Amino acid sequence: MAAAGPSVFLLMVNGQVESAQFPEYDDLYCKYCFVYGQDWAPTAGLEEGISQITSKSRDVRQALVWNFPIDVTFKSTNPYGWPQIVLSVYGPDVFGNDVVRGYGAVHLPFSPGRHKRTIPMFVPESTSKLQKFTSWFMGRRPEYTDPKVVAQGEGREVTRVRSQGFVTLLFNVVTKDMRKLGYDTGPSDTQGVSGPSPPPGRPL
Amino acid sequence: MNPKEEKVKIITEEFDENDEDAGVGGQKKTSKMARQKRKKPLPAAGPEEMVSENPHLGNQPEPLQEDSDTRPLSMTTRRGPRSLPPIPSASRTGFAEFSMRERMREKLQAARSKAESTLLQEIPTPRPRRLQSPGEKELETEFGAEPGEEAQKTQQEDDSQSRSRVKFRDSVRKIKTKPPVPPGFPSAEEAYNFFTFNFDPEPEESEEKPKAKNRDGTTQEEEEGEEEEPPVQGIHKTDEQLLISATEAEAFLWGLDHAAADFVAVRPADYESAHVRLQMEKELLFVPSRLTVPTYKKLPENVQPRYLEDEGLYIGTRPDVPRTCQNIMENRLLTQEPAVKYVHRSQHMIGSGDSPGNFQLDIDISGLIFTHHPCFSREHVLAAKLAQLYDQYLARHQRNKAKFLTDKLQALRNAVQTGLNPEKTHKSLDTTQKTINEYKSEIRQTRKLRDAEQEKDRMLLKTIIKVWKEMKSLREFQRFTNTPLKLVLRKEKVDQKADEEAYEAEIQAEISELLEEHMEEHEQKMEAYRAAYQQWKAWKKAQRAKKKKKKQAVEEHPEEEMGEPYPEEDPVKPVPPEPTDQALMEHQVRERAARSRRRPGEPLLVPELSLAGSVTPNEQCPRVEVLRREDVKRRSIYLKVIFNDKEVSRTDSRPLGADFRVHFGQIFNLQIFNWPESLTLQVYETVGHSGTTLLAEVFLPIPETTIVTGRAPIEEVEFSSNQHVTLDHEGVGSGMPFSFEADGSNQLILMTSGKVSNSVAWAIGENGIPLIPPLSQQNIGFRSALKRADAISSIGTSGLTDLKKLAKWAAESKLDPNDPNNAPLMQLISVATSGESYVPDFFRLEQLQQEFNFVSDEELNRSKRFRLLCLRSQEVPEFRNYKQIPAYDREIMEKVFQDYEKRLRDRNVIETKDHIDPHRAMVAKYLQQVRESVINRFLIAKHHFLLSDLIVEEEVPNISILGLSLFKLAEQKRPLRPRRKGRKKVTAQNLSDGDIKVLVNIIRAYDIPVRKPTASKFQQPSRSSRTFSEKHAASPTTHSPTHSADYPLGQVLVRPFVEVSFQRTICHTTTAEGPNPSWNEELELPFRAPSGDYSTSSLQSVKDDVFINIFDEVLYDVLEDDRERGSGIHTRIERHWLGCVKIPFSTIYFQAKIDGTFKIDIPPVLLGYSKERSMIIERGFDSVRSLSEGSYITLFITMEPQLVPGESVREKFDSQEDEKLLQATEKFQAECALKFPHRQCLTTVTDISGKTVFITRYLKPLNPPQELLEACPNNPQATAELVARYVSLIPFLPDTVSFAGICDLWSTSDQFLDLLAGDEEEHAVLLCNYFLSLGKKAWLVMGSAIPEGPTAYVLTREQSHYLIWNPCSGHFYGQFDTFCPLKSVGCLIGPDNIWFNIQRHDSPLRINFDVTKPKLWKSFFSRSLLYPGLSSVQPEELIYQRTDKAAAAELQDRIEKILKEKIMDWRPRHLTRWNRYCTSALRHFLPLLERSRGEDVEDDHRGELLKQLGDYRFSGFPLHMPYSELKPLIEAVYSTGVHNIDVPNVEFALAVYIHPYPKNVLSVWIYVASLIRNR
Repeated sequence: MAAAGPSVFLLMVNGQVESAQFPEYDDLYCKYCFVYGQDWAPTAGLEEGISQITSKSRDVRQALVWNFPIDVTFKSTNPYGWPQIVLSVYGPDVFGNDVVRGYGAVHLPFSPGRHKRTIPMFVPESTSKLQKFTSWFMGRRPEYTDPKVVAQGEGREVTRVRSQGFVTLLFNVVTKDMRKLGYDTGPSDTQGVSGPSPPPGRPL
Repeated sequence: MNPKEEKVKIITEEFDENDEDAGVGGQKKTSKMARQKRKKPLPAAGPEEMVSENPHLGNQPEPLQEDSDTRPLSMTTRRGPRSLPPIPSASRTGFAEFSMRERMREKLQAARSKAESTLLQEIPTPRPRRLQSPGEKELETEFGAEPGEEAQKTQQEDDSQSRSRVKFRDSVRKIKTKPPVPPGFPSAEEAYNFFTFNFDPEPEESEEKPKAKNRDGTTQEEEEGEEEEPPVQGIHKTDEQLLISATEAEAFLWGLDHAAADFVAVRPADYESAHVRLQMEKELLFVPSRLTVPTYKKLPENVQPRYLEDEGLYIGTRPDVPRTCQNIMENRLLTQEPAVKYVHRSQHMIGSGDSPGNFQLDIDISGLIFTHHPCFSREHVLAAKLAQLYDQYLARHQRNKAKFLTDKLQALRNAVQTGLNPEKTHKSLDTTQKTINEYKSEIRQTRKLRDAEQEKDRMLLKTIIKVWKEMKSLREFQRFTNTPLKLVLRKEKVDQKADEEAYEAEIQAEISELLEEHMEEHEQKMEAYRAAYQQWKAWKKAQRAKKKKKKQAVEEHPEEEMGEPYPEEDPVKPVPPEPTDQALMEHQVRERAARSRRRPGEPLLVPELSLAGSVTPNEQCPRVEVLRREDVKRRSIYLKVIFNDKEVSRTDSRPLGADFRVHFGQIFNLQIFNWPESLTLQVYETVGHSGTTLLAEVFLPIPETTIVTGRAPIEEVEFSSNQHVTLDHEGVGSGMPFSFEADGSNQLILMTSGKVSNSVAWAIGENGIPLIPPLSQQNIGFRSALKRADAISSIGTSGLTDLKKLAKWAAESKLDPNDPNNAPLMQLISVATSGESYVPDFFRLEQLQQEFNFVSDEELNRSKRFRLLCLRSQEVPEFRNYKQIPAYDREIMEKVFQDYEKRLRDRNVIETKDHIDPHRAMVAKYLQQVRESVINRFLIAKHHFLLSDLIVEEEVPNISILGLSLFKLAEQKRPLRPRRKGRKKVTAQNLSDGDIKVLVNIIRAYDIPVRKPTASKFQQPSRSSRTFSEKHAASPTTHSPTHSADYPLGQVLVRPFVEVSFQRTICHTTTAEGPNPSWNEELELPFRAPSGDYSTSSLQSVKDDVFINIFDEVLYDVLEDDRERGSGIHTRIERHWLGCVKIPFSTIYFQAKIDGTFKIDIPPVLLGYSKERSMIIERGFDSVRSLSEGSYITLFITMEPQLVPGESVREKFDSQEDEKLLQATEKFQAECALKFPHRQCLTTVTDISGKTVFITRYLKPLNPPQELLEACPNNPQATAELVARYVSLIPFLPDTVSFAGICDLWSTSDQFLDLLAGDEEEHAVLLCNYFLSLGKKAWLVMGSAIPEGPTAYVLTREQSHYLIWNPCSGHFYGQFDTFCPLKSVGCLIGPDNIWFNIQRHDSPLRINFDVTKPKLWKSFFSRSLLYPGLSSVQPEELIYQRTDKAAAAELQDRIEKILKEKIMDWRPRHLTRWNRYCTSALRHFLPLLERSRGEDVEDDHRGELLKQLGDYRFSGFPLHMPYSELKPLIEAVYSTGVHNIDVPNVEFALAVYIHPYPKNVLSVWIYVASLIRNR
């Protein structure tokens, strides 16, 4: 295998959905899933996950902390359709119905290393004031037919959304054989080939 | 004189001279300066001095001569700066004063020349010769010169100025010489001076008085007056005043000398009565009428007006033009046809219109700088002056002419030195002498030039310093700073000693040279003196002799004495020239050196002007200054571009900056036709919100043809205005006197002036050819501009535009390509010739695309990986869901593409393997293409999303739903009869294999055929047994119950079970017993979408069918030996196919559920089975029910989970229907949908070309094939059945499959017959049309049926009852037939109307088909909307070709062969034997079946078979199908399962018969049978 040269590269991501900032809401949980192109396939780990319900911290930060781990490995032949993580956050409304509090998506980082991402979250808006009222009243807010919609660009022009809050994610990315297949994702990738060397000029 | 003092003096002198130039007196200078000047040894006193000091009447020519004599001298020496060639305006005229002065001069000249010309007219005497004498320069400004021309000459020189002045005086004098001057009158000069200098704005009458006074007054008085009144004041006067006073003065003068009436006619003011004026105007002016022009006038004769709008052509909205304007224009065009030509071009195009092509002039106006502006403060004035001087300095410094001349002098001196050196002289003596002489004269010239240059440099430097000092003192005085200008003088140290030496050496050299020169001069003079002396002596002698003679004649000719002084004067006794005084010479040289050169050891001063100073902020300024600054802010400037005296565009209005600069930076592209005549910029100023004022006009030169855009330099063109502005703040105003001094002395007048920086160039066309009008249009002025290149004279007028000619000329004339003057020309030529004007014959939209291609196209095609990626992104069906495209080419199998390539190939090649019949192959190909194009359209439409595609949102509940939900609250929790709740629908996108199941619930079946007792071959078939296919229920009583006795008691009649196969998955139920079994079993079949694509479009195109086959399970005792019966049971289970129901998946997909009783498709002959109805009838059960033949099965089919069916395309198709009709259809449909939302209502349909067509257009009587009509001429019912059968033989191809749920496409009947494929509506339309043609009353029924769902049937009205025809099967049903598959009726469509069912029920059983009742049927066309008589889309008649029988026979053989091979293939592990005897028997039998349409043949057939094949147990049946292609035939044979029999000694028989109908409609019969030999 190694002699013949790799035919796929691997992208291993672990990390966690750390916390969220939703100033108006409490008792939220989140779901994540991945959207990736046709040349990608998950080889290990969980592709989807649903977190525990968390309440706001009592301090000034009012952070909603999940620390919900992500651990997934993909293989691919083509960087086209690079995986995106899609997050959707849910929580109870005044009547206790579970309603969506935000959707968001972000590409997994390209380069190996530790990355922190803060995703702005949004929800689709009702088409009219009356709809808004009834949806609020009945606890059935407008939702995406599929959360994966937020990872694609097609058809978004028909929707209107409202920003809601932020979710912070932490990724640790390891790639394998990307460079051998001719994809250069930055200087830190060189380490995989030439071996570790301390950066010059670094004061010790 | 200390240097500083001198500096000041020099600077003031400069001013002095300038003022003298103005011709109005240097007396304004301080008397000290004036005195100094007079002290000068040269007799170069200003003309005004002459005027004032030498007022001798007697010697008029003297001042003239003096003037002209002194000039050359002054040019070379003292007046160096002024004697320069006409100063280029760019460098010199920056001074406001200057331009102003110049303007004034012009006006004066104009006035003067006008006066002179008047003079000339009035005194037509030839000019006195004397006046011509003062030299050739005079000639230029002779009286003959046009006054206008003179006024136009902007570059008038000082000397010409003074000359003209003198000349003017002369002319005055001339007049005066004729009449004797009355004593006491002021001299001409005095008068002139008086009136030119002492301007009184009073009118003529009041001037009369001072004149009178002046008569008595002395010249002294006038002089005093002159001295008292500074002449500067005169400048303050307006030009007009000047003009008036000047002319008045002259007129007055002449009036004094002559009778005023001689010259000036006093007349009353001209008056023309308004009537006369109008009359005259009428002759001159053309006023078009405002009345509307009648149409006939506008048109040529015998021509009808056209209204393009009415003809359906698009007419754009016209610009809004008032009616009167239009009328005026029309009138004008009518009467003035040739005079006005309308050029349909944009407004920028100016020209007479008939010159071909258009040309472009690019005018780049970059900005404007005021060198003087009314809002200038005093400091600004100084700053402007300083900047001007500094610019001059820089220019001079760059040229450094003094240095150059010094070097030249040095070189010349060296040359002379070496020339004098005898050792080095190789040439002959006289040539050396000659060159030395030449050198010497050159040295002299150069020295003079150098001295002048040096002096100028020095003076300039001094002036700069002086102005800067003034500015500094002004800033101190006013305690604020307005301008950021700052002058720094940098001192450069020099070596004093060396400097002194050089200085001294220079002076010595000069002195020696001068001495030498003087010596030479002295020599010459002495020579001349001697000669003159000799002459004089001779003359003297002669004179003496003459005198003696003449002594007596003196009294007789007294005048001669007067006339003779001149001749007498000439031969004065020559004075011997004085020898040169060396000391004096040296003194002169030193003085000059001191004046013009830097003192030895004096540091070199280098001024540097910077904008580093800071401007005092507003709050620290006095109020007047703040006011000024605010005023500046309020002003804005714009420029108008005037082309050939027409305004073509204007710049934006830009505010005036604090530094009096305005930046425009606009480029105007003037598209022109002809060579431009003039190009002018008008400078307009806007103050606040008040109006705009024209400041000045700037004439721009028209560029040469070599100046093209991008190469044109920015030029500064000066302008100045004569406007007079007084401001009440710190601004100095324009045309108003002001002073820098505290006491108001030393006044200055400045006029608004400035510079426009612009560039004018010819644009370059897209192919690099400059857009310049052809040379033939250019005037002479242009040619002179191009004289340098002189290309025109050599290549003719066709011009520079012909670049090839130009290039040729350039080559021939050996134009120096390195000469910078020729650079633009050469470049132009090289550009034009090198490219050889390669014009590509394509247009590139994205020229830069090449840059972004990461690999070349070839590589992209070669690489399998890239190809795969491309195909996938194009959503090519084979690759749409290709996962994990390998990273390397080598990992991609070649066979991946094979299918795709094959398909591509097949698109063009008609495949003959599957489509045996070429016509069908063609049709299939055509259908495939239609399908592809429609699918492509659909794929595009698929990418248009609706909100509901993306977002799930609860609908706003309306009142009824709210009420219902409230009502629901009170509902019982567990009702006794629960309602069915709809399942949640799932969008198909996030599904995968195995997620979807098809649920088939098989409930029960009716009337399954029962086995016949195994009849021995000896037994005659009983005629009494009911044939299973007996149609009419007329004979239920005829049946004999006896035959049930045929069955062995223990044996049930039939043991049917159901097998469901879908996508080759097979499930079957348990076996039930009896002809009316009840299974009630649910079968689950997994569904697999093609290539794992669960998108809506993919699901829609699933072509798989659900086959529900009913089999009879037969147990056969395999026991050979009866003896073994006791010990074991050996039976073989055989299953015999009884019939099938085929339901397409697409129906399930779109219907979501299929629930109903379906007719089982049972072959017409089912050997060994007959239909058992005895029991039903015996029991008397349902005897009234109209017995329909056939067996039925009740099914419920659905999918789990329920899928959301794809919606039809949201595209709105265009239509050729009347808009009103379309609106009516929409309204009709909306109304119907409101009442009965679930009933199908169809008004418009889409035809095959994608256009919306009103549905009734499809219905029209059409002739059925003649063959069918002739078949049974006497039986209309039979004919109808035959026709229905014919229609049903046309293959069925559902639209939903071919056009993936997009829409129903309705083809016309001829298209349908050509395609030989179509779905229900095509069949129904054709059938309906046939029925109409047969004279029946027929309608199209739109409704829903099972299993098809929404479909189209045909309703006919027989004598008393209605018949419902299923067009696809050819069967018909009575209205009250319970087994009629049509379950609901939405609307009826006739050839001329549509009726919507508004009855409570929609089941055909329960409705009334009488469409004449408006309460039951809502008609589309009614009294409110009459039927407009729509033409049909159907052809006039259908033409049927006879089908080639031979071809059909050939096809028949081939099908048989293929099917036999297939059956053998399906039995890979068994030997397949063919019973040829049976086959031939079957083949013989099939035509009979066709003839009888599958009825009433069984018994004969059976008997025959039994006779022939008595030893065989026989199981088989004929299949009947319309022929479309081979595959369905194979499928049908396969589904019967005949091949599944695995009895070792089984034999098979297969026969195919094809019966051709007209128009290539083929009826295919396949008889399959299995035979087992009975022991």
